[in-house]
Amino acid sequence: MSMLSVNNLHVRVGEAEIIRGLSLAVPAGEVHAIMGPNGAGKSTLSYTLAGRGGYEVTGGSATLNGEDLLALEPNERAAKGLFLSFQYPLEIPGVPGLTFIRTALNAQRKARGEAEISAPEFLKLARAEAAKLKIDFDMLKRPLNVGFSGGEKKRMEIFQMAMLSPHFLILDETDSGLDIDALKIVAEGVNALRGPDRAMLVITHYQRLLDYIRPDMVHVLAGGRIVASGGPELALELEAEGYDRFVKAAA
Amino acid sequence: MSLASALATGDVAELPNRRQEDWRWTDLRGALRALPPASPAGEAAAIGSGPFDGLTSDQIVFLNGRAQSETVIAVAEAAARTAALRWVSQTSNTAHGGKVRIVVAAGARLVLLESYEGRGEAYVADAVLEFELGEGASVERVVLAEDAADAISVSTATVALAPHARFAQTVLTSGAKRQRLETQVSHPGGGGELRLDGGYLIGGARHADLTTVVAHQGLDGRTEQLTKGAVAGAARGVFQGRIVVAEGADHTDARMGHHALILSDRAEVDAKPELEIYADDVACAHGNTVGALDEDALFYIRSRGVPEHEARALLTQAFVGEVVDRIEHEGARDAARAWVASHLEALA
Ligand SMILES: Nc1ncnc2c1ncn2[C@@H]1O[C@H](COP(=O)(O)OP(=O)(O)O)[C@@H](O)[C@H]1O
Ligand SMILES: [Mg+2]
Repeated sequence: MSMLSVNNLHVRVGEAEIIRGLSLAVPAGEVHAIMGPNGAGKSTLSYTLAGRGGYEVTGGSATLNGEDLLALEPNERAAKGLFLSFQYPLEIPGVPGLTFIRTALNAQRKARGEAEISAPEFLKLARAEAAKLKIDFDMLKRPLNVGFSGGEKKRMEIFQMAMLSPHFLILDETDSGLDIDALKIVAEGVNALRGPDRAMLVITHYQRLLDYIRPDMVHVLAGGRIVASGGPELALELEAEGYDRFVKAAA
Repeated sequence: MSLASALATGDVAELPNRRQEDWRWTDLRGALRALPPASPAGEAAAIGSGPFDGLTSDQIVFLNGRAQSETVIAVAEAAARTAALRWVSQTSNTAHGGKVRIVVAAGARLVLLESYEGRGEAYVADAVLEFELGEGASVERVVLAEDAADAISVSTATVALAPHARFAQTVLTSGAKRQRLETQVSHPGGGGELRLDGGYLIGGARHADLTTVVAHQGLDGRTEQLTKGAVAGAARGVFQGRIVVAEGADHTDARMGHHALILSDRAEVDAKPELEIYADDVACAHGNTVGALDEDALFYIRSRGVPEHEARALLTQAFVGEVVDRIEHEGARDAARAWVASHLEALA
C-alpha cells in the first residue's frame, strides 16, 4: 500500500481550478520528485495536502497510510506524521525558534498520547541536530525566521523537520535560494531522514537538487495534473529539453 | 468632573460622560444610573495573595479605598525601595475611592509593583496616585489590573517628573465593565526620561481604556511609549495617547506606538494617538495599527502540529510580549509574563 495516495484530486483557489485531476502514489521508503514549470500547481498541491485554508477540494481524495488526509485539521495531519517544508517559510515575531519547535513537538506528542519531551532532552536533541545542519545555536534563540536570509530559513525548515521526525515529508522548492554548500548540507539532512518507514515528495524546479537527493521516481506536473512519470533519467531529460513538450501536452 | 468628585459629592452628574471629548469611549455616566452606597471597611485578614507576592514584603494596601497603613509612599534622598501597592476591592455593589502620594526624593529609586485586585462584583472603585520625583530620581511602576467583569474602575495617576529623573511604567490590564487607567505626566525636559507602556488583554464584554497625557515643557526631554492590546469576544479597547510639546521644549524626543489585535468580529478598538508640537527641532513620531492575527503565520504554526487555539495564543502572547520584555525589574517581568499567559485563555 502506498503511504501517500492522491486520486483524481481537484482543487480550486478562489475562482480558478488549479489542480485538475491529479493522481499520485508514493510508497513507504521511496522518494518521489515533482518537477514542473512555474505556476503548474506544485505549491498548491503541497498546501492542499497540508490543509491550508482557501484551498477548496472539489473532487478526488488524498490519504496518508490509508487515512483520509483531507478530513483532518492541519495540526492533526502533522501529528500523523506529515511535514511540509515551505517554499516561503513564515517569520514568527516574538517566538524564539526553540520555543516554537518545542511547542510543536509537544503538541504532536500530546495528540499521539505520548509524554512531553523533557527540557534537557529537548536541548540535547536540538544541539545535536543544529550541529549537523551547521546552524549556530544562538540563532535558535532568536524569533523564528525573523530577519533570516532565504537560505537560513530553508535550513531552519530542515532543522524543524529533523526535530519533529515526520513520516511523510514534502519539500517545496527547498533548493531555491540555497548556494551549493548549503544545498549539500540540506540534502544531507534530508537523506538522513530516509528510511523504510518514511517517504518523501521533493518538489523542485531544477534538476540540481536531485543530484543530491536521489529520487526513486520523477513526475512532471503541468496544468494541474501529472503529465509524465519516470525514473531519475526523466529529470535529466527535462533539464536538457525544458518543460515545453509537457506544457503543450497538458494544454 | 471625575469619578472621585462624583463619589465625594454623591452627584451622578459629576460622572464623566461621552459628551466629553476625553471620555467619549468610556462613558461612566451611561454605565451608572445611580451611585451605589459606600463600601464597608472590608476584612484585612482576608485579602489573600497579590500578583507580586514574594518580590517584596514592603506592602501598602488599600482595602475598599481605605489605606491600611501609610497614605504617602516616601523614598528618602539616594535611598532605594521596592514596594507593592495593592488596591483591593473586597465588596459588591458598593463604591469607594482612595488616594496615595508617592514622593521619591532626589537620586532615590523606587520600584512600585501595583495591583488592582477585584474580589467582589459590581463595585465602583476609584484610585488617585500623585507621583513627585526629585532630580535624578528613578521610578519603575508596573501595574497588573485584575478587576471584576462587572466592575467600574478608574485609576488616575499624575506624575511630576524632574530633570534627569526617569519614570518608567508598564500597565497591563484585563479590563472591567468600564475601566480607565490614566496617566498624566508633566515633563520638564532637562534630560528627564519617560517610558509609558501598556497592554490590554480583554475578552467577553469587557472594556479597558489606557489614556496618557504627556506635557513636554522644557528642553531635552525624552518619552517613549508602546501600548499593545488584544481584544476578543465583544470587548472594547481604548487607547488615547496625547503628547504635547510646548513652545520652547526644543530637542524633545517623543515616540508613541499603539498596536492592537482584534480577535473577533464583535470586538472593537478605538485609538487616538495625538502629537501636538509647538517647539522646534523635535524628533516626534507615532504609529498606530489595528489588525487581525496573520492567517499565514497561523497556518504555518498549525502545520507544525499546534492546534488552532494554541497557535492563536502563541501569536497573541508574542504580540503583547514585546511590552512585557521592556519591564526592567526581572521579578516583575516574570510576574507580568505569567499574568499575560494566564489571560490568554479568556481570549480563545
Ligand atoms: N492564493 C492564490 N490565489 C489565486 N491564485 C493563486 C493562489 N495561489 C496560487 N495561485 C495560482 O495558482 C497557480 C499555481 O500556483 P502554484 O501552486 O504556486 O504554482 P507553482 O508552485 O507550481 O509555481 C498559479 O497560476 C497561481 O497564480
Ligand atoms: Mg511553488
